[in-house]
Amino acid sequence: MSALTFTLKHQPNQRVDMSPLVCQKLADLELAEIAAITLQNGKRKVRVDEIFSVAGTDAQNIVIKNSFGKLDFIGKELEGGHITVEGDAGAYLGLGMKAGEIEVSGDVGLYAACEMKKGKLTINGNAGDFLGAALPGNKMGMKGGIILVKGNVGERAGDHMRRGNILIEGNAGDYCGSRMTAGTIAVMGQTGRYLGFAMRRGTLLLWNQPQASARFNDCGAHTLAFLPILFTSFKKLNSKFADNSMAFNRVQRYAGDMSEMGRGEVLVKIS
Amino acid sequence: MIINGVAIDATFAEAFPMKATRAIITAQNEKWAMISAQAMTGFATSVIACGCEAGIERVLDPSETPDGRPGVSIMIFAMGGKGLAKQLETRAGQCVLTSPTSALFAGIDGGTRIALGKNLRYFGDGFQVSKLIDGKRYWRIPVMDGEFLTEATTGQVDAVGGGNFLVLAESQPQALAACEAAIEEMRKIPNVIMPFPGGVVRSGSKVGSKYAALGASTNDAFCPTLKGMTKTDLSLEIESVMEIVIDGLTKEDIDKAMRVGIQAVCDLGAANGIKRISAGNYGGKLGPFHFHLQEIMA
Repeated sequence: MSALTFTLKHQPNQRVDMSPLVCQKLADLELAEIAAITLQNGKRKVRVDEIFSVAGTDAQNIVIKNSFGKLDFIGKELEGGHITVEGDAGAYLGLGMKAGEIEVSGDVGLYAACEMKKGKLTINGNAGDFLGAALPGNKMGMKGGIILVKGNVGERAGDHMRRGNILIEGNAGDYCGSRMTAGTIAVMGQTGRYLGFAMRRGTLLLWNQPQASARFNDCGAHTLAFLPILFTSFKKLNSKFADNSMAFNRVQRYAGDMSEMGRGEVLVKIS
Repeated sequence: MIINGVAIDATFAEAFPMKATRAIITAQNEKWAMISAQAMTGFATSVIACGCEAGIERVLDPSETPDGRPGVSIMIFAMGGKGLAKQLETRAGQCVLTSPTSALFAGIDGGTRIALGKNLRYFGDGFQVSKLIDGKRYWRIPVMDGEFLTEATTGQVDAVGGGNFLVLAESQPQALAACEAAIEEMRKIPNVIMPFPGGVVRSGSKVGSKYAALGASTNDAFCPTLKGMTKTDLSLEIESVMEIVIDGLTKEDIDKAMRVGIQAVCDLGAANGIKRISAGNYGGKLGPFHFHLQEIMA
């Protein structure tokens, strides 16, 4: 079976809500039925075949070609299967996804993988603000799964994060790990200001020394036994995180945010 | 059946269903992993008074352990799941948590999940940290030498306990040498432990006693000093009898261990004073697993 492929014919001026085009909703539909699905496009409703040419049969393996930054809600609440996005993706990519995999070749917008529950999201470009965060007003961000970003991420990555892993090969913006309840965010590049602002628990794993903060206390240098196990779990990824030379178990441990409950930690690689 | 001058009795060992679990202890080096493992499996020769039977299964290469450090695999057997869980937790808390540089991991992925470090985390007094890695929950418990890392749960599976055979020899040193040779070979078999000291027991028991308070007493039929005083099972030249008891995850595992053990004894043969191999049973009425010696060695 060939992948169910949506090829964008032209870039609409207004944003498109792609949430109807997830594997579980297309599983039992004929190609004609899929083509007739309506998508919200700005204040209009458009048929799928008005903006996409559709081909293929395997709804468990969806490919979106010529994608660009106004295609929002791709893979919303995905329950299984695989979505490949060739190009950029808009906001709310993988919102609340429950299982399966999404891979984007380009950049993604705001709130990617926010309130994600399980599964795997790979972003080969950069990600916008609030990666893996909670929706505005909500208290619980990402609850499980793994997010891999090969580029940089915006501000507030992992805001209100509860569980799971966010792996960032590039840099992270300000307020990375803000209000985290638990989980792990690993950043190979640089981090911005207010790292771990108001974090309660959780781990920020860094390859580079962050800006000093009065809200985190130095707990000294340590060799931590869980780090080799964590790095071993990254081995299956197509990423720098799988590289043996990037792994370490000797870290400087900072505890905080002391203005919150202070059970979080920033672990910085000691070279 | 006679192998190398050693008579194999037409009898069988009788074994019982048990519950078992396995844990992996790692440490900075093999010495300290072994110290911790020995502590955890200490005073666990028989369920009669120890609450469980435990032993070291084998030493693990760093490439085989979850954290890449030297390790030791241990197994614990008990008559029921509740007792097993209690023993595991108590021993993990007193013998592994306390042991310098140690970490503790599950040795069985499937089965019923029972607490390994799940409740030890409270020792962390609120400073403990949980990590969910590849679907497995770990606890990082701050301790004075750094951090004690433990997996939250391990697997409990159905198992078999009480496989055994008796080595009948012309002298005590010869019986012991034969048992040592057997144990050396049996330790190469996975999924089994020999829970008695050094794997060998010299005080095999029978069911019942002349004293009403006791459920078991010395196996007088196999006591060489009683040959003229009781209904003995020994010929005159037998001066010493020793037993090897085996607990295993399956009947097949015990079969294998018994085969290599008896073979090692027989390899020493009559020339080294080994006269007979026998086994302990209760007439076949108590235990559902029967290990017929001659079938095993056929």
